[in-house]
Amino acid sequence: MAHDSLQDELEKLKEDLLKMGRLLQQQVDNAVKALTDKDIQLAQQVIENDDLIDAMEMDIEKRALGLIALKQPVAKDLRLIASIFRIIIDIERMADHAEDIAQAANDLYDQVYIKPLIDIPRMAAVAQDMLEKALKSFTEENYDLAMALIPLEKELDGLYDQVFNELLIYMMRDQKNIPQATALLLIAGHLERIGDHTTNIAEMVVYVLEGRRIDLNRISRERSS
Amino acid sequence: MERKIKIKSRDVSVFYKDFKALHEININIEVNKVTALIGPSGCGKSTFLRTLNRLNELIEDTTTQGQVYIDEHPIYNKDTDVVALRQRVGMVFQKPSVFPMSIYENVAYGPRIHGIKNREQLDEIVENSLKAANLWAEVGNRLNSPAARLSGGQQQRLVIARVLAVEPQVILMDEPASALDPISTARLEELIGELKKDYTIVIVTHNMQQAARISDYTGFFLNGELVEFSITDEIFVNPRDKRTEDYITGRFG
Repeated sequence: MAHDSLQDELEKLKEDLLKMGRLLQQQVDNAVKALTDKDIQLAQQVIENDDLIDAMEMDIEKRALGLIALKQPVAKDLRLIASIFRIIIDIERMADHAEDIAQAANDLYDQVYIKPLIDIPRMAAVAQDMLEKALKSFTEENYDLAMALIPLEKELDGLYDQVFNELLIYMMRDQKNIPQATALLLIAGHLERIGDHTTNIAEMVVYVLEGRRIDLNRISRERSS
Repeated sequence: MERKIKIKSRDVSVFYKDFKALHEININIEVNKVTALIGPSGCGKSTFLRTLNRLNELIEDTTTQGQVYIDEHPIYNKDTDVVALRQRVGMVFQKPSVFPMSIYENVAYGPRIHGIKNREQLDEIVENSLKAANLWAEVGNRLNSPAARLSGGQQQRLVIARVLAVEPQVILMDEPASALDPISTARLEELIGELKKDYTIVIVTHNMQQAARISDYTGFFLNGELVEFSITDEIFVNPRDKRTEDYITGRFG
């Protein structure tokens, strides 16, 4: 049965996408941990693991293309494949952000932090929560879970603004703080971007389920204004 | 953008004796577009196609209710000239039905019946029709050889040339590619894409990928009902009705 095998293949793709997502979660976790704990080995591990994520992206992309060529999926099956193509790109980008954080942890290794890192780990926790919900909403095809990212997106943006303002004050107070404050600001920016990518995943879940495109970031902004 | 409607069916139902094969079909078919009708065997799509040129009347014990308008003219009227209607609304069937005569005579047959006797005029019609059916290059130098010697794909294009020769406005096709090999099918599909510039085409097909490839609009029939009618993209990417989704994704039944 040709169509059974399309279903099987799609299930396998979803499973592998989830595996890719789980590895990403670990990467983000380790990158932030490497930063807070000044664990240079862990940072190195994150940087090396990025190749794994890239390889997984290539593998899923290749198989998804094969399904289009051989099985001619339509309707929800087609939307699912289209969303897989996009989600693996989002995961790959998030992984790049994790790698950049690990790189920064490496660079900051021999420096004394100008302030205790509090809000950055908080941002990481929110971003991880968003990532978990996004992945779960995808595998469980859960609309409500996808929409649950809206308040989290708002929270993450709020934290980013807070970090931004605080670091600005450190920079104004003492010029010598500027290099490290800039590095920390970039890290906060990476976490904020990770949050944005998770909302892309949630948007694709809505597309798979309902065939319509929504902009979660805009909904989040509209709700806060 | 306003859609210009060529064919409009209003509450069209068809009965075979007591059996209601079609249930109040309402559909608007746009001019110069390809409209595909899909659905499982026995869903009524071919029956509906035949209502568009009153071909069901040739089947015994068949009654049609409702009305079909072509260019706003009701075709189910007592004073409708059915022969003229079928000339305006031509039909291509599943199996190419060439007449046992030469290629030339196959194409000239219709115009002759409609009273054209002038040889030059007939020559011109035959040439133009064969060209429009993408067959001229292959048969232009052997117009007098028997049509039966052509390949299946060529025969189907000859039948289309024969339909074109009487200058129709609408071409109905009932599974026109189902007896053709992939190359002939590709040629036919290409031809359909060219013909829609001048004609309005309605095609019944079992091949969903074919419907997806060639049509602008798609209607899904099930148990004599029109379940969903939409732009082809919409039907194949984001169908609104679960029954459509089940059918096109093969989860039917």
